[in-house]
Amino acid sequence: MTTQGESFPLTRYSVLAAAGSSDNAERSRALDILFAAYWKPIYKYLRLKYSQAPQDAQDLTQGFFAELLERKLLSRFDPAKSRLRTYLRLCADSFALNEIKAASRKKRGGEFAHVPLDFSAAEDELRAQTIDPAAIPSPESLEDFFEKEWIRSLFSSAVEELRKLCEARGKQKAFALFESYDLDGEENISYAELATRHSMSATDVNNQMAWARREFRRIATERLRALSGSEEEFARESKSLFGEAPK
Amino acid sequence: MKFLSDKALERLRGSSVPDLAGTRYELRELIARGGMGIVYAAEDEKLSRRVALKVLDSASAAPELAQRLIREARILAQLEHPGIVPVHDVGTLADGRVFYTMKFVEGLRLDQYIKQLDSLPQRLRLFLRVCDAVAFAHARGVLHRDLKPANIMVGSFGEVLVMDWGLAKVLQETSAASETVLVSPQKENPDKDETQSTVVTGHGTVMGTPGYMSPEQARGETERIDARSDVFSLGALLKFVSINSSSEKSASASRPLQAICAKAMADRPEDRYANVSELAADVSRFLDGLPVSAYSESAFERAGRFYKRHQVAILLITAYLVMRFLVLYFFHR
Repeated sequence: MTTQGESFPLTRYSVLAAAGSSDNAERSRALDILFAAYWKPIYKYLRLKYSQAPQDAQDLTQGFFAELLERKLLSRFDPAKSRLRTYLRLCADSFALNEIKAASRKKRGGEFAHVPLDFSAAEDELRAQTIDPAAIPSPESLEDFFEKEWIRSLFSSAVEELRKLCEARGKQKAFALFESYDLDGEENISYAELATRHSMSATDVNNQMAWARREFRRIATERLRALSGSEEEFARESKSLFGEAPK
Repeated sequence: MKFLSDKALERLRGSSVPDLAGTRYELRELIARGGMGIVYAAEDEKLSRRVALKVLDSASAAPELAQRLIREARILAQLEHPGIVPVHDVGTLADGRVFYTMKFVEGLRLDQYIKQLDSLPQRLRLFLRVCDAVAFAHARGVLHRDLKPANIMVGSFGEVLVMDWGLAKVLQETSAASETVLVSPQKENPDKDETQSTVVTGHGTVMGTPGYMSPEQARGETERIDARSDVFSLGALLKFVSINSSSEKSASASRPLQAICAKAMADRPEDRYANVSELAADVSRFLDGLPVSAYSESAFERAGRFYKRHQVAILLITAYLVMRFLVLYFFHR
């Protein structure tokens, strides 16, 4: 697999634009990024919405991405009509309905086959979330669920890239602080307590945390830009996600 | 790849450090993160003192949350009492986030501080100071609605402060009766952000903390919430401070104290103490070795309590009588 952290294209091009490129390498890289960002939300969404067994949901997910390429569905996306995320969810819905109706699914691979889809990890996450499908019966709830899973996927990959960045720059302590405070979320722990735990001053904790958060925000914003269907969509998404317009 | 919990997602979405440029404050460090906002330590550059600055998580927070933060500051400003943290300032940051500053309290939360207090009387006296502050707020027509150990601070000089009035409700007393009715400045507005203490019910969304929240509050029956809801929370708080005390008067051994807790935490508001003062009076009576209204004691228990209360006098009189008897006995032999 080409992980997002290693190959994330720091260009002004969006993934969508790169996916339509005539350059095979660029197109492949863009699709990797797109699939890596979306496969897990799509899998969880299909699994819950259509009450599919894990194996069936896996087949549906792989089949959907194969169909996305075969039928060049990305080229039909119109940023003026919807967000890329909504478009992909609707495409997945349409695909799943047809497949379930035809009941003739078969395992399909395709151009994205080299992106490993760790379905067992996705299943573990679903179990950790203790989601009862019966508790989210309305389409609106499932849309919210898909949105949240997409954010989780985006942030998880950004955190992974931040971790690599910290390692590369020898800032493991900054990541450890960020991880224990923002990710693991120890309730009511203060910077002073963190400072004692990590043998540093509270000011240093403050500075390291500020750096890590700034870098996380930068990475996540870059990814968001690349995964948005248009600049307008990116601006809206950024405002919705972080409460502020992109800088 | 690390799995991120829902809470982690929320934190990452709102993790931008507030920009205090243009204000008189300089950011120092994060102190605590609550349901509605984040509290930072900040330096007031004009007065050269440390303050606590409470600010909304993000600029995109619902307008109702901003309103509520302002309202919390205004409520605090009206509650000038040694047991209630004083507010200094309120304003809006450049990014649109509402903030207010208050006294920076150096100390421990009650749940941390209580571990240092083994003596039950000490713990109960501390509890009475919380009651004082809450009774004062009630007298000013304000309900706290989220009383719990984490919202009580004990300062380094032993001062007790009731914090986090974010869920406070303004009350208005009815004419003759001591009952209170709610006067909402705005329609009860559920806030999804109150993740730590939100319970959704069939009647609506209510805020509070399970275990410390009265049944009517948990059921979302906002029209039934009055001072007795805080009495319930204080009952739970009393139970909390009473347990695990190594004192000879430990709560488990004290039926009157258990009865006080039970009465304060009765399911039906009408079965509870009518107000905080009544609850505090019962706890004071217990501390003084007097009978409490919540418990009907037997003659034996009454005698035992009488003995404990007047132990020295009884022993002196007994010793005197024994001596007198012995003197008379031997004198007349």
